[in-house]
Amino acid sequence: MSTTRTDTVAAPRRFPLREVVIFVALLVAVLGVYGIMGAAYSTRMLVEASCYAILALGLTIQWGYAGQFNAGVMGFVALGGFCAMFFSVPVNEAFWDSELPGELAVVLGYIVGAALVVFGASRLDRLGVPKKLRTVITVALAVVLYLVVISAFRGVAGQIESQAGFVGGLGLPSWVGWIVGGVLAGGVGYFIGHVCLGLRSDYLAIATIGIAEIIKAFLKNSDWLTRGTATVSPLPWPVPGPAEVGFTLARALYLSVTAVLIAAIFFLLHRAYHAPWGRMIRAIRDNEISSAAMGKNINRRRLEIFVLGCILMGIGGAVLASFNSLFDPQGYLPLNHTFLVLVMVILGGPGNNLGTIFGAVAVYIIWLMSEPLALFLMELAVNFGESTFGWDAPASLDSRALQARVFVIGLLITLVLRFAPKGLLPEKTKHVD
Amino acid sequence: MNELVFFINNVVIAGSVAGSIYAIGAVGVTLIFSIMRFAHFAHGDMMTFGAFMVLLLTTLFPQAGAALGVPTPLIMLPLAMALTALLAVGIDRTFYKPLRAHGVKPIVMVIASLGVTLMLQGLIRLFAGTGGESLYVDDRKEIFRIPLPIEGVRVPVVITEPQLYLFALTLMSVVALHFFLSRSRLGKAMRAMSDNPDLARASGINTNTIVAVTWVLAGGLAAIAGTLLSLDVTFKPDLSFFLLLPIFAAAIVGGVGHPYGAIAGGFVVGFAETLAVFNWGILLRPFRDSLPEWLSLPGNLAFVGTEYKIVVPFFILVAILVWRPTGIFKGKVI
Repeated sequence: MSTTRTDTVAAPRRFPLREVVIFVALLVAVLGVYGIMGAAYSTRMLVEASCYAILALGLTIQWGYAGQFNAGVMGFVALGGFCAMFFSVPVNEAFWDSELPGELAVVLGYIVGAALVVFGASRLDRLGVPKKLRTVITVALAVVLYLVVISAFRGVAGQIESQAGFVGGLGLPSWVGWIVGGVLAGGVGYFIGHVCLGLRSDYLAIATIGIAEIIKAFLKNSDWLTRGTATVSPLPWPVPGPAEVGFTLARALYLSVTAVLIAAIFFLLHRAYHAPWGRMIRAIRDNEISSAAMGKNINRRRLEIFVLGCILMGIGGAVLASFNSLFDPQGYLPLNHTFLVLVMVILGGPGNNLGTIFGAVAVYIIWLMSEPLALFLMELAVNFGESTFGWDAPASLDSRALQARVFVIGLLITLVLRFAPKGLLPEKTKHVD
Repeated sequence: MNELVFFINNVVIAGSVAGSIYAIGAVGVTLIFSIMRFAHFAHGDMMTFGAFMVLLLTTLFPQAGAALGVPTPLIMLPLAMALTALLAVGIDRTFYKPLRAHGVKPIVMVIASLGVTLMLQGLIRLFAGTGGESLYVDDRKEIFRIPLPIEGVRVPVVITEPQLYLFALTLMSVVALHFFLSRSRLGKAMRAMSDNPDLARASGINTNTIVAVTWVLAGGLAAIAGTLLSLDVTFKPDLSFFLLLPIFAAAIVGGVGHPYGAIAGGFVVGFAETLAVFNWGILLRPFRDSLPEWLSLPGNLAFVGTEYKIVVPFFILVAILVWRPTGIFKGKVI
């Protein structure tokens, strides 16, 4: 009698033909881009694609593993980018040498104090205060304290802007910002998930769209913290920059950093997916009621996976911002940072990490190449219109041609959902005969 | 008293304007939700599309309104409503119906509607450009300044012509919707289907017709809301993302699947927004002299700056989801 049980659930091993074909095609495409556009450009494309791959991995565990739809990837990306900026930009002496840090600390102290007072007021019913009276006291106190604190805060923020420009960074290595970016994004994800995950799945999408716009509005308008529309650059790199070793080599070094990051994330996710925890997550996705009947804490697991995805998005956003060496809050667009990632995930194969990475690289190449293509097609159309109908083309044509890409992304989403809902590399589900 | 008039201008009128627009938008969202059970994210873009159709028609026939004495955009509104309704039904046939037939989860429909959002956005920007444009192509926007017959009031109550039309149209659509839902056969069938689709089908209601009617209603209402918004300010092709959150907040506040609740929710969100960005310091100004020394009023007592307006519907949304996820009127579907 053999002591090892035969694995009844594992699918029989076969040669992964589909994976090999698809990745060879991708390799050919990448080499083609190298041949046409040159090494420096193509390496930059690969680094950006790898940053997007981290974002896509974050989304694939939310959407593919757990069926949660996060429509606000942009917000978490922006948070990560902000952290990368805040921790790595050199220290602003003009700010730290003045009396402003003390004032800022005092105001922040007020904010914490006010929050504690309001929280205390909300617990007054423990002391025998009637609940209705407690609610009235809490709300009134919250409104008054909020107004007091926020006007004090506006004063300090205005002073910082006029005297020192902005707070400046902390001058720490980039990776500190990457980690904190992940933590911060996870924290925001915890808040959103805590509110929405027990409710209908649509509410999460609505709330994440909202929080993404709010984060962007905050980063754009907080000139004292982020310089707002004036943008912050350059952000230091964790590897030697282009000025020291040249564009191609510097970008290749950066690419190796992101590759190591992706490999680590991929390995950990792979382990988690096949661990009991991963099985439980998929069981909850596929049949919530029966997993609840088996005693699984559904909301808790959902929250875990949502926060985990948000952490990855924060890290990805931070790595991307560091690479671009520029923090521009206005550059965060729902199209580039939410829907592009969504297309990568649903096209590559939600729930399949390999498929997601393939989707990220492939879609990013198509996305970059579509820009000159759209301009070229628009020019053709204009020439045709001018010669045939004597049509007078409007001046803003270039920006309009780029809008055609919005249309294509939307069309791609609907078509994939309709005709290939499992993506190019579907998640492997195992069946028991 | 001047401060009070200022309050009326900046809160009462502006709040009712925003509230009406959100209310009409939220009714459409909530109708789709109650019949098809998914959050239709392309609603903001259907509004933009309706407004764009009005802009297009008004540019083509700028003189049409002068003959009847009303602004041309309003003449074109019914036509634009029909076009938008047609678009809505067409979108449903091409994109949503096959997915429904597959029996996908509601969240997949939500993603599909996001895809539709992007397609509409791309098309509208491709043809309309990215800048803003006024819907008053050939007409003049009348502004009424109504002086109050009270001693010492110098500031008049200001209301514009499109705002008056907006109130009238909102009232008309709400009343019409009420009679449609409560009296007509189709409206009753819609309510039956929103209560229990299987039972409705079993009792001989043609669900395909109901779905089409829902899209016609939603499209028409979206065109009204988009046009009214564009009349009040200007037509902008990228409105939709900023409209989405208030409209969904309004629908959820009123209780999802509850048309009257959506109207109330629209006004709640609209007034909350204007109250939050209003500078309360102005109302306290008359009492400045009687305040004690230590309490000096800061110049700006608004809750949030105008640039953070979007925080308000989000805060309302979170609050309602935490304390009362069924909405203030207890929605039917959740």
